Amino acid sequence: MSAATLYGLCSAVLIGLGLFGLLTHPQVLRKILAFNLIGTGVFLLFGIAARRGAAAGFGGDPVPQALIITGLVVAFASTAVAVSLLLRLFQETGRTTLPSDE
Amino acid sequence: MALDIFLGLLVLGLAVWIVSTRDTLAAAVEFVAFGLVVTLVWVRLAAPDVALTEAALGSGLTGGLLLGASTRLARAETATSGERHGAVLRLSAAGVCALISAAIAALVILLPEPAPTLAPEVAANIAATGLENPLPAVLMAYRAIDTLLEVVVLLLALLAMWSLAPDHLWSGLPWRPDAVGRDGVLTFVAQLLAPVGILVGIHIFWIGSVAPGGEFQGATILAAMWILVTMAGLRDMPPMSRRWLRVVLVIGPAVFFAIGLAGFAIAGSFLGYPPSYAKQLILTIEIPLTLSIAAALALLIAGPPERAAQ
Repeated sequence: MSAATLYGLCSAVLIGLGLFGLLTHPQVLRKILAFNLIGTGVFLLFGIAARRGAAAGFGGDPVPQALIITGLVVAFASTAVAVSLLLRLFQETGRTTLPSDE
Repeated sequence: MALDIFLGLLVLGLAVWIVSTRDTLAAAVEFVAFGLVVTLVWVRLAAPDVALTEAALGSGLTGGLLLGASTRLARAETATSGERHGAVLRLSAAGVCALISAAIAALVILLPEPAPTLAPEVAANIAATGLENPLPAVLMAYRAIDTLLEVVVLLLALLAMWSLAPDHLWSGLPWRPDAVGRDGVLTFVAQLLAPVGILVGIHIFWIGSVAPGGEFQGATILAAMWILVTMAGLRDMPPMSRRWLRVVLVIGPAVFFAIGLAGFAIAGSFLGYPPSYAKQLILTIEIPLTLSIAAALALLIAGPPERAAQ
């Protein structure tokens, strides 16, 4: 098994773990953290696609790598908006959790 | 290979820890450690530019943002740290997530051989951009429209965040800790580190055309230095209504868009560059773009206005 496949399997588990955290944590901040784990998993999938496409003297295909950089910046921006929504929720209601519907 | 197995297990172990820790602040600290290990994974995947971005933005700025939020919410978070959804929901969520992981793992194993790649095309055309590092060549030439829209996304995110401010604070200052400026060590570190950090940020930006680096990585370091100076109490953030601040925010995308439109006349397409002075045009875009990205990132960290301007 190549290193790219190994990290690919790793990112599959990472996406599952992040999704589990997103679904099961009532605290919004924990959901935001879990969302970032999913993001890292997705970026790693792009990363192994890039690594497998190594050619022409490059260690990896630069096109998916550039998309990862774009993705990282957008993930940061959405995290920042999510955090400020949470802080506003806290100021308005004093709560930092989303109640479960059960 | 042994190193890859070790790093893979470390990433997964840290991820399990982040999801399962009870304390939110601890989870945020673990996230920073997680980001640093993922940085090493990017190096192993032969993506040094991505590794730089992950270390500075994914681990550094995002980690700082989450640490800051969990400190501000510490009391409310501790009070709710025992709250859990019911066992049925948790079990079914675990089942669904395991299925999704298994499906993605199967896709990874069944990826086509040989892998599709655009690397030869990048290699064949990189000379036309005048750049030597393929990543900025992709970001600023082949996928320039992505990069332009990404900077617009940063500004939209900032607008979304600012619109959370109550009306009377619209032109105010972002939140900062009450104890700001009273920590002598932090002030000293900021005085020492900020000038060096600004130089490093400019260097990382400048070196991007030939080696790992570029406008996003450089801008992230510049933004971090601005936040450090603010947190140490050396300079307060400007009120959000300052005209110069808004100019700095839009100048990068504005120049990018203007040169993109000029591409119709000088190269026959939107965002086209004539090969004879492609590098000069790319630099003309990148310098104001770095400033705009740095300002947008720093203001996203600082948050919406929460104090009235004096």
